[in-house]
Amino acid sequence: MPIPPSLSTQQPDPASAPARLVLQGIGKVYPTVVANDDVGLTVRAGEIRAILGENGAGKSTLMKIIYGVTRPSSGRMFWEGQEIEVESPAHARGLGIGMVFQHFSLFETLTVVENVALALPGKPALDELAQRIVEVSERYGLPVDPRRHIHALSVGERQRVEIIRCLLQDPRLLIMDEPTSVLTPQAVRKLFETLRRLADEGCAILYISHKLDEIRELCHTATVLRGGKVTGECIPAQETTQSMARLMIGKELPRCEHDAPQAGGEVRLRLAGLSHASDDPFGTDLRDLHLDVHAGEIVGIAGVSGNGQQELLRVISGEEPLAEKFPVQICGVEAGRLSPGRRRRLGMAFVPEERLGRGAVPTMSLADNALLTAAHNQGMVATGFLRFGRARAFARRCIDEFNVKCGGPAAAAKSLSGGNLQKFIVGREILQAPRLLVCAQPTWGVDVGAAAFIRQQIIDLRKRGCAVLVISEELDELFEICDRIAVIAKGRLSPVRAASDTSIEDIGVWMSGLWPGAEGTADALPATETAHA
Amino acid sequence: MLELEARAEPSRLMSWASPLLAVVLMLAGGMAVFAALGKDPVEGFRVFFLNPVKDLYALSELLLKATPLMLCAIGLAIGFRANVWNIGAEGQFMLGAVAATGVALYFGDSESALVLPAMVLAGAAGGAAWAAIPALLRTRFNANEILVSLMLVYVAQLFVSWLVFGPWKDPDGFNFPQTRMFAEAATLPMVIEGTRLHFGFAIALAALVAGYAFMNRSHAGFRMRVAGEAADAARYAGFSAARMIWLGLLLGGAAAGLAGMGEVAGPMGQLTDKVASGYGFAAIIVAFVGRLNAFGILLASLLMALLYIGGEQAQQYLNLPNSISMVFQGMLLFFLLGADVFIHYRLRLRRRGA
Repeated sequence: MPIPPSLSTQQPDPASAPARLVLQGIGKVYPTVVANDDVGLTVRAGEIRAILGENGAGKSTLMKIIYGVTRPSSGRMFWEGQEIEVESPAHARGLGIGMVFQHFSLFETLTVVENVALALPGKPALDELAQRIVEVSERYGLPVDPRRHIHALSVGERQRVEIIRCLLQDPRLLIMDEPTSVLTPQAVRKLFETLRRLADEGCAILYISHKLDEIRELCHTATVLRGGKVTGECIPAQETTQSMARLMIGKELPRCEHDAPQAGGEVRLRLAGLSHASDDPFGTDLRDLHLDVHAGEIVGIAGVSGNGQQELLRVISGEEPLAEKFPVQICGVEAGRLSPGRRRRLGMAFVPEERLGRGAVPTMSLADNALLTAAHNQGMVATGFLRFGRARAFARRCIDEFNVKCGGPAAAAKSLSGGNLQKFIVGREILQAPRLLVCAQPTWGVDVGAAAFIRQQIIDLRKRGCAVLVISEELDELFEICDRIAVIAKGRLSPVRAASDTSIEDIGVWMSGLWPGAEGTADALPATETAHA
Repeated sequence: MLELEARAEPSRLMSWASPLLAVVLMLAGGMAVFAALGKDPVEGFRVFFLNPVKDLYALSELLLKATPLMLCAIGLAIGFRANVWNIGAEGQFMLGAVAATGVALYFGDSESALVLPAMVLAGAAGGAAWAAIPALLRTRFNANEILVSLMLVYVAQLFVSWLVFGPWKDPDGFNFPQTRMFAEAATLPMVIEGTRLHFGFAIALAALVAGYAFMNRSHAGFRMRVAGEAADAARYAGFSAARMIWLGLLLGGAAAGLAGMGEVAGPMGQLTDKVASGYGFAAIIVAFVGRLNAFGILLASLLMALLYIGGEQAQQYLNLPNSISMVFQGMLLFFLLGADVFIHYRLRLRRRGA
């Protein structure tokens, strides 16, 4: 095994205090891929151990094995010195293992409190449980209304429910799968405090991430996976970001090149006093939004998820047309009532947050998925009939120019990894040479290499004179690529600032709605979000 | 220990082999049923499955039976692909028959060559108009098209009954619930002389080709497939959901209406209150056994016609009740659904504790 001897996994020794969890030689073989190969891992009480690796490195599979979701093909597991086989998540929870999934395991038609109740043994009283949820959510800065239905929650809010659900069970081992991507910097700090407190109380924590700064700040130890194998172990505090990146991706961390913004481009997207009441009783109403995005600039909108981003995106894309024309203006045309197809013909392209099922049809081939938005723009339709040759050629171009790893234009969209599918979708939108590109969460859950590539493509598009609007919950990303940044909170939009004139901390404060001149600054906010201010 | 293991990709081979497997299992099951009923299974097989294809006339009867099934099923498949669940092809079939009958009665003994084309158009329009009601209610008031189209079947049946018992009743028909026989110019010509196989069969084949082209080659068909596979993606791409519903229902209704026209202008030569006889419902099974695909529907409609005629044969020669064909239909669906599991899964032998 390629583990340094000083850190290698020891045999569990029942005489002294046994490690909370020991894995030996864990392997998992799927029909087409080896997800884990001879993985060894030890985590002790009070230890926060990072599991570091790119998407597809086998982190999630390993955690699912520990949590009893899947069975390993080979290897042994020891829980507090006893050899065990975890038969199911319920069994894992019984042992004291809690897990916060990256892909949420919540029932959409049930409420938050009902979902939490399902994970608890017995039949807890819902009212009492709702009270406990509120307590935990306030204590850890994870605001969520226990009576709301899951389907009405944003991605970020659903993750909060997952975290709260775990914390309610007083776990002895907590597995966190990429938990911070949807939190404000302040909330991340609060979460870290929580995790440190849990560790001090003796809980062992496995913290999965590819965010190197976070790992260096939080974790005591790290196990690095690449291609399903352990490629090294380290003490993050003693490493640099670069040295850990080398362990993780086998080469230097890519950086984006970003030159000075161009001034004076024409307005390509204008929101002129956009207000829109959400159809969803739990949605966020948009209130009087004003924004200009010019040719040759990238404007970012930051914010904690569930503050109106989804509603704003649907209104801009045309998936939710408005009653009036003027509030959304695309390339000089009042487009508020136009369909998404008509807006696309004005020169708009749109990368949605969800890849499978919205940005792409899972069961269809990449060539068919090229037809989804590029059919007219790329001449793939003649007198109502499809020109498959052109669709295949265009899909091939997306694959080649955006380094999409896949089986070719005939591969089904769902056979691609998340990062590769995202590269394909971004490629499909960018290669149509849009005049305005709107991106939601362009690198959500995408590995480091692919994320840097996608960001660079967006920057290059700006250089060619396109106007770009990026809505993201990742502040690092926004500061890396944006010329100007605004914040959305409670359906309102903050003033726009040049990225060079502001800081992650300032924007973090704004994310709770506290920007200078914000209407009703004091009373418009829930207590949980103002608590840190 | 045997266990089902998910395949990485759905098997293309199995998606075609599964209907064949289902047919083989249905045959085996059918032989067992014959044996259990004390009939010679070989004789039963011969009567049920070989009699309907034993000579040209038998074959023409089979194709005649398959014609309305084909037409209704290809129309339904277009909607089903877009998750537009038109369950009321039976009613649209009847309204198509009514509209075509109206034209035939209006022209009476006219010998104009335009009567038949007018009846074809009227049949399609009648079916489409009946399907427009669920489309309108769905797009305007979000009324469930499954319920509305199904309930309209009964309205259509009562409407047909009212016509043939009332205003359209043949005055020389001894009070039978039927219209006058159509004139020569209002009757479809035969494809093969000496049989009952009429020109509607050619229309049905043309509809299959058109259905294939629409679903697999046209942009509108592509949009409908996207809507069926992933509604959010269709919305993202800007495909209008309302247009999809209209198109799915109108095309399904028009095809069913054509089938109804073919029945009254073909083998029946008049409108009676028994005009539909379940083709519109059987076509739902045909569409799914045929994988919502034109070529599959061709084969499935032939198979379904075989089961109908085989059932009649078994009634005549084996003294079995007519419900024997329902038993075969049921077995076919049962085995098909069972075999379909292997499109997404495969069997694997696994050692315990491995």
